[in-house]
Formats: sequence, C-alpha cells, structure tokens
Amino acid sequence: MKQVVSILLVLAVGFFIFSALYFPNQGDSAFDSYGEVDLDERVSSSFIDKNVTGENDEVVFGESANLEDGSANYVTSVIVNYRSFDTLGEVTVLFISAFGVGLLLSGRRKKQAFAHQPNFILKYGARLVFGIMVIFGVYMFSHGHLAPGGGFPGGAIIAAALLLLYLADNDFRAKMKAFKVTEGIAGSIYVILGLLAIVIGGYFLMNFLPTGIVGTIFSAGLIPIIYVLIGLKVGSEIAGIVDSFLTVEVEK
Amino acid sequence: MIQYLSIALMLVGIYGLLSQRNMIKLIVSLNIFEIGLNIFIVSIGFVKDGLAPILTSNHNSSALLYVDPLPQAMVLTAIVIGVGITALALALARKLYKTHGTYELDEMEGE
Repeated sequence: MKQVVSILLVLAVGFFIFSALYFPNQGDSAFDSYGEVDLDERVSSSFIDKNVTGENDEVVFGESANLEDGSANYVTSVIVNYRSFDTLGEVTVLFISAFGVGLLLSGRRKKQAFAHQPNFILKYGARLVFGIMVIFGVYMFSHGHLAPGGGFPGGAIIAAALLLLYLADNDFRAKMKAFKVTEGIAGSIYVILGLLAIVIGGYFLMNFLPTGIVGTIFSAGLIPIIYVLIGLKVGSEIAGIVDSFLTVEVEK
Repeated sequence: MIQYLSIALMLVGIYGLLSQRNMIKLIVSLNIFEIGLNIFIVSIGFVKDGLAPILTSNHNSSALLYVDPLPQAMVLTAIVIGVGITALALALARKLYKTHGTYELDEMEGE
C-alpha cells in the first residue's frame, strides 16, 4: 500500500517537473534545449571574457596580463573570485557539519578495532601510498587556477590518505588537535583576507593582488592563496569526520 | 537524453525517501536525489561542441566555444554541502542506533 501511494506521488511530481520544463506555454521556456545554449545571452560570457568590472575583449593563454582575474580555469575563477563570498558560506556549512558530527560522536575515544588484523602488504603498502596521495593532494589545490581540481578535491584526497592509514593499522590514531588548529587558522585567514580587501579595494574578498600573466603558476592574485587555505581547511575537516566515525567511545 | 535520465534519477530518490523507513536507506535515497539534481544542473550549461572551461596551451583563447562554467561551479558547491549533510545524517543515525539498537524508524520506541 505504501509503495503504491509513493509511486503515485512520484509520478505526479515527475509529471509536474516534465511539464514545467518541456511543455512551456507559448514560447517562454524555462530552459534552453539541451546543448543549444547561447552563452552570449548569459552572464557566463563575461566570466569567460573576464570583463565583469571593466572592458576586455579576449583572453589569450600565456599572453594576457593584469586582467581583473588571472585564472586559466574558469570554474575556479567563478568559485574563488566572482562568487568567493558564496564559497566562504559553503566552507562555513562544511565546518558546522563537521562540528555537529564531532558533537554527536563526542567523548573520550579510542580507535575502533576491525575484525581482521591488517596483513603485511596492506600495512606497508598504505604507508607507501600515503606520501604519494598527500603530494598529489597538495599539487591539486596549489594548481587549482591552472588545471582541473582545486581546494575541495585536494582536501578530500588528503583526508582519504588519512583514512587509508586508519584502515591499515589498528593502533593508528591521528593527532586531531593539530588538524583542528590548522582548520581554525585557515578559516580565520580567509576571513581576514576578505576584510583586508575592504580596506585596500573597497569590496569584501576583492582580488587586490596583481594578477600576472594567465597560465603561469604565480598568477591570479588571491585565487591560489585562498584555494590553498580551502584545501587545508577541507582536508582537516573531512579528516576530523573520518576520525569521529572510526573511533568508539571508551567506557570510564 | 541525459536530462531525462537525471530527472528519472531524481524521481527514484524521491520514491526512496517516501517509501523507506530504514535510516541508512533514507540517507542513500537523499544522495541519489542529489546526484540526479547535480547532473541536471550541469546539463543546463552544456553547449554543443563546447570545450571544457579551462584555458590551456592547446585551447588558448577565450574566443573559442566553451561550455558554461557557472553551473559547474554551483554543482561543486552543492557536492560539498551534500557531503556535509550526509556526514551529519550518518552521525545522527549512529547515535540513534546506539540508544535504540535499530536503524528502522518504525521499531524505535520512546523512553
């Protein structure tokens, strides 16, 4: 009975979604058809030409210099420059959820023992891979303005490397205090950079550093700095969540 | 086509949220719903024959045809918030399992 009611409700919701999207009244469609988007009509065209605040015609990789935002990766330029305030809120949401997980699973804790003792290959292979994963994570968040990736996936990779150590060694326990200090410092510097931008440029989180030549590693002004901070913050937050889930409360 | 598939995925997630009474299954349904929504949002920005929105030494000019970077940035935000929600929900589920000894919402009793 419950299933039948659910199916009927889902079909009704599906009908409304499809009719709103694909049978528009007389031409004013809510969305363009799939793949037939004209970017010049959208706000994204000024993100691509980097002329949101000033005049600019074309961005050339390796040649254009001193643009309003020097990031070669457009998604990064939207996340960390044009919509940086949004990202500050997003990082806050992640912090609050990590805080909530720590609060719910709190108490004096020790590492949860797994049913099987990890064997030799897992134990030493994990230590070998751990360094490579951390280096790759750091590479990812320090090259967020040039290549795919950025602070969020880079931080997640670092946390995954820590998870590997937890899985491979029954006695391993990370020093969570260091992660909490890292997270707090990274978040504070992000806000302080935003306030500093008000003093220097007049807008919160404005890109006040020189942006350099598009496509070089020292370019894009504030973007790499903020993405490194986000990488450290996300990495330590997810590591905290992993630690909370893989430990059990100790009876006193 | 992929837009229809993503909406179908969303509906599967809604069905799971409506019909299941197990906490872990509810969290999995929430994730399926979210993935369908994310694929839909990315598909809004797709441009036919568009390049990935990154300048490289091969595609070195902004005059080329790129896909819309804005929906991708929005989805990156949504994914991170989804991770936060899932972690919080799993922590709640584990806490409830500790006090009630079950993941089924119907079998829980008030104290």
